[in-house]
Amino acid sequence: MAVLLIFIPLFASLLFLFIKGSMGKTIALSFSVLNLIFSIYLLSSFDAQSDEGFQFTFDQPWVESIGISFCGGLDGISLLMILLTNLLVPIIILSSYGKTPEYPAAFYGLIILMQAGLNGVFIATDGLLFYVFWEITLIPIWFICAYWGGENRVPVTIKFFIYTFAGSLFMLVGLIYLYLNTPGDHNFSWEALQMGARSLDAAGQQIVFWFIFLAFAVKIPIVPFHTWQPETYTVSPAPGTMLLSGIMLKMGIYGIIRWLLPFAPDLVSAGFNLPIVLCIIGVVYGGWIAIKQTDMKKIAAYSSLSHVGLIAAGIFTLTIDGLQGAVIQMVNHGINIVGLFLAIELIERRTGTRDLTKLGGIATKAPRLSVLFMIIVLGSLAVPLTNGFVGEFLLLKSIYSINIYMAAIAGLTVIFCAVYMLRLYNLAIFGDVTSYTVDIKDLNTRETILMGIIALLVIILGVYPQPIFDISKQAIETFQTTLTLK
Amino acid sequence: MADLVYLIPLLPFLGFVINGLAGKRLPKPVVATIACGTILGSFILSILCFKQVIDEGAFTAVLYDWISVGDTHIQIAFQIDQLSTMMMLIITGIGFLIHMYSDGYMHHDDGFHRFFAYLNLFIFSMLLLVMGSNYMLMFFGWEGVGLCSYLLIGFWYKNKEFGVAARKAFIMNRIGDLGLLLGIFMIFNTFGSIEYADVFKNAYAHGDSTNIICILLFVGAMGKSAQIPLYTWLPDAMAGPTPVSALIHAATMVTAGIYLVVRSNVLYIMSPNASELIMYVGLATAMIAGTIGIKQNDIKKVLAYSTVSQLGYMFVALGVGAYTTAMFHLLTHAFFKALLFLGSGSVIHGMGGEQDIRKMGGLKKALPITHITFLIGTLAITGVPFFSGFFSKDEILAMAHGHSDIVFTLLAMASVLTAIYMFRLYFLVFRGNFRGTHHQKEHLHESPMSMTIPLMVLAVLASVAGFLGMPGWMSDNHILNHFLHPIVEGSSHFHPSEFFEYTVLGISIVVLAVIIFSVRNYYITKSIVPESDEAETGFSKVLSHKYYIDEIYNTLFVKPIEALSVFLHKVVDNQIVDGIVNSIAWCVKQSANLLRLLQDGKLEWYMVGMVAGVLLILVFNFFM
Repeated sequence: MAVLLIFIPLFASLLFLFIKGSMGKTIALSFSVLNLIFSIYLLSSFDAQSDEGFQFTFDQPWVESIGISFCGGLDGISLLMILLTNLLVPIIILSSYGKTPEYPAAFYGLIILMQAGLNGVFIATDGLLFYVFWEITLIPIWFICAYWGGENRVPVTIKFFIYTFAGSLFMLVGLIYLYLNTPGDHNFSWEALQMGARSLDAAGQQIVFWFIFLAFAVKIPIVPFHTWQPETYTVSPAPGTMLLSGIMLKMGIYGIIRWLLPFAPDLVSAGFNLPIVLCIIGVVYGGWIAIKQTDMKKIAAYSSLSHVGLIAAGIFTLTIDGLQGAVIQMVNHGINIVGLFLAIELIERRTGTRDLTKLGGIATKAPRLSVLFMIIVLGSLAVPLTNGFVGEFLLLKSIYSINIYMAAIAGLTVIFCAVYMLRLYNLAIFGDVTSYTVDIKDLNTRETILMGIIALLVIILGVYPQPIFDISKQAIETFQTTLTLK
Repeated sequence: MADLVYLIPLLPFLGFVINGLAGKRLPKPVVATIACGTILGSFILSILCFKQVIDEGAFTAVLYDWISVGDTHIQIAFQIDQLSTMMMLIITGIGFLIHMYSDGYMHHDDGFHRFFAYLNLFIFSMLLLVMGSNYMLMFFGWEGVGLCSYLLIGFWYKNKEFGVAARKAFIMNRIGDLGLLLGIFMIFNTFGSIEYADVFKNAYAHGDSTNIICILLFVGAMGKSAQIPLYTWLPDAMAGPTPVSALIHAATMVTAGIYLVVRSNVLYIMSPNASELIMYVGLATAMIAGTIGIKQNDIKKVLAYSTVSQLGYMFVALGVGAYTTAMFHLLTHAFFKALLFLGSGSVIHGMGGEQDIRKMGGLKKALPITHITFLIGTLAITGVPFFSGFFSKDEILAMAHGHSDIVFTLLAMASVLTAIYMFRLYFLVFRGNFRGTHHQKEHLHESPMSMTIPLMVLAVLASVAGFLGMPGWMSDNHILNHFLHPIVEGSSHFHPSEFFEYTVLGISIVVLAVIIFSVRNYYITKSIVPESDEAETGFSKVLSHKYYIDEIYNTLFVKPIEALSVFLHKVVDNQIVDGIVNSIAWCVKQSANLLRLLQDGKLEWYMVGMVAGVLLILVFNFFM
């Protein structure tokens, strides 16, 4: 049944070949909302208590001779990712309404194609199918960024494309290596690959780990594989940046949980702290750089680098706290970063600049924008009773359980984030009006609703996060027990 | 009552939501009524709680599970006991008075509704902080009050400097919060729970980890309660409207650190090293802030340093294990410092926004109610016998004496400093001749009733609250000790001898008289006005520059961190890390260029290649 999540948008994206003009955005919105409704329906019929593994499964032989099948399904973790994806895509489409892009049909068609690819990544339970969807998502996002982006977009996005694509090839090698170790006639299914991994010796697991890790590390990105990210986020059009930061980087984090840890089980469950250290360096590094940036998008980009480092670090602790914290933080980071880029986009659309030295005094002119922006900033700041705090608390707690000093260093994000986020907010919103902000208009109804939805999610998921945990609880407990079982 | 407890924080929250969303469209009286009414409601409910705690003892009200993940279970629950009801009464009681005062003080401000919305949000957060039944809920409130403090310090957001002060406050608080957060993790790891009941019950079984836990918690307290080294944000926080300074930066929020330690007293009793640290930090803060206070010329800055110094006092009490004494001083300080701040607000209001005491003087006539109430506040804070500060401060001194003579002596010197800067302030503002402009003189007026009534109520409280904790030579019944006994059961009590008490009493009366006389002589009889900052020399220059602490922090921390940020971006990120990536790409490109040379379109070369290839294949096939 879950296969519809792939096919509805996939076929819908073909429709855009026959559409001209501004019809595109309405159709795109309708289909993305249809997908959202369908994923909510899946949620309602999902059995969160079941420990039977994947639900809503489908399995069609694809390339039978080498054991590739078109199979997929959802467990608590991937269901959350599906919900996040299909919640954010309509928001992203709506966010572009105020500034219709050139060739709207192509633009929205690519977004819908992107949605199909993203859903595929989170649904696939076959290694090669996962890889195929993983690469499919790169194509529409590259066109979106390279065609509709800002100044200097072509060299920047080509670098992005080649960098992530090269990383992915390492994953393909890693997957094939595993495949060759699967029992019997060889098979790419998730279960088979896991069995293959169990038969590997220490050196073999090292190879698999680092090859696959590289693909995810580039996509997330984890320092030092991140240098494509700040530039790409900056030059991409707002919907592109939101897709990249809100959903696409979650592919990498989700990948670590589903397609990396189980493939090097003995390695990762034996106090393997190197990736944690790498991630924590990223937490501090990204936050530190964000302090002195003046382009709002750059601040958001480096802040995202810092935040996702913490998520990945939590996963590698292999504790329940770390995994649950990571999963909920993926959802919350997706909501917050999209909100952040949305606010930045709305300001840029009105003033024509993202430069903090040119902005100021927006609070006087646009109170609605200021208040909603504040709530989103608070979410990013991880103030308690906002959604950002829930994940950050669990993640830091999980790192603490590994090592107190690592937790203290990762905890610097608490301070750095306050420094750069409040600097961004204060310089843009407070102070005196400048020549750029003197005529700024407040949000219109559509924009208010859009930002309002995000702000509301920031608060609700912070005050009462347990329902989200309940979705992924069983899946994570099962996952953690099988992984750490010797 | 347990069913209604949740209303106590919820009412101010509702006030925040209503005024925040619709306040702009509501008339000002409605906004004020909603804001004050919700706090009054919470106050009444708090009184009911107080009554129930007295009649039937403490109780807990569980609302829902916030998170329940693996072994991590955190619930939203309120613990209503002696300590929390005492704090609730202070917060909602003084909070109500200050809300009422703000109606007058902020009446002409454009952000009237915004101000009340923030103020209600603050009360909500502060109530969460003290009512929670676990460290997590305390942390919710802890960060919440920090946020409100940020919003209110930067309330007049058009002023860039105020915005900087607001950020400074939030960031310094966050440094402390990281310590507190690590402390909470450690409690979790050690005790498997962060519910107060579970932690304190098992405290003795984990005696070896409490020292570090206590120090980490205290780092949080340093930030929130403005202790060395994290105190520099509080004087800057005076950028906020004066009611905010009274409520947040004097009476309630800054005492959260005291509450944290008293709440965790079971842990601190077992951690002599942490307690010792607290005592020294408190002592140093009391002394240093006291000396800086002497040279300040901004009416609110004097009071701010005084607050820092008084908080240092409370930490000394905590450090020597006198938890109820610290709470006693917290209570009396809340009354007289709120009174003094509101009084200063009334002065500033009357002076048309002027805050420099060198331009005041002789305000006694024009502001009679403000004058009398401010005088009462001054008498209370300096410890003039039978005003509230006298009781609580002497109790701290007595407890310090029980600990060591040096601590006692230094603390006594700090209280001399308090008397000096407070009477200096009083005389410069209210006595002598008016030194402001002609325009200011004509404008001078007493504040409206909504502002003077809270002053009068607080003045009464600041006068009589001390009788809640009478020393042994006056009465056998120390009401507050008796009331708080269930909270601090494990702590030992030191009883100073009556001889000591009488000696201290006698000496302090004489010293106070000398100080009042000489300060009056200096500033009134000789009518000396403090010099401008530039004219200062020597040590007084150091003092008026606050020991250059801000400059030192700037050089030691802010500048290097910013420089490193630029370095990381420009050099490490753009050149080294990205340089390596680009050079890999460059290598690929260069090797492609080299290989391309092979394909130059000359058929002769292709033939040579083919023949060589065939030969190689033959060689390999037949001879290897």
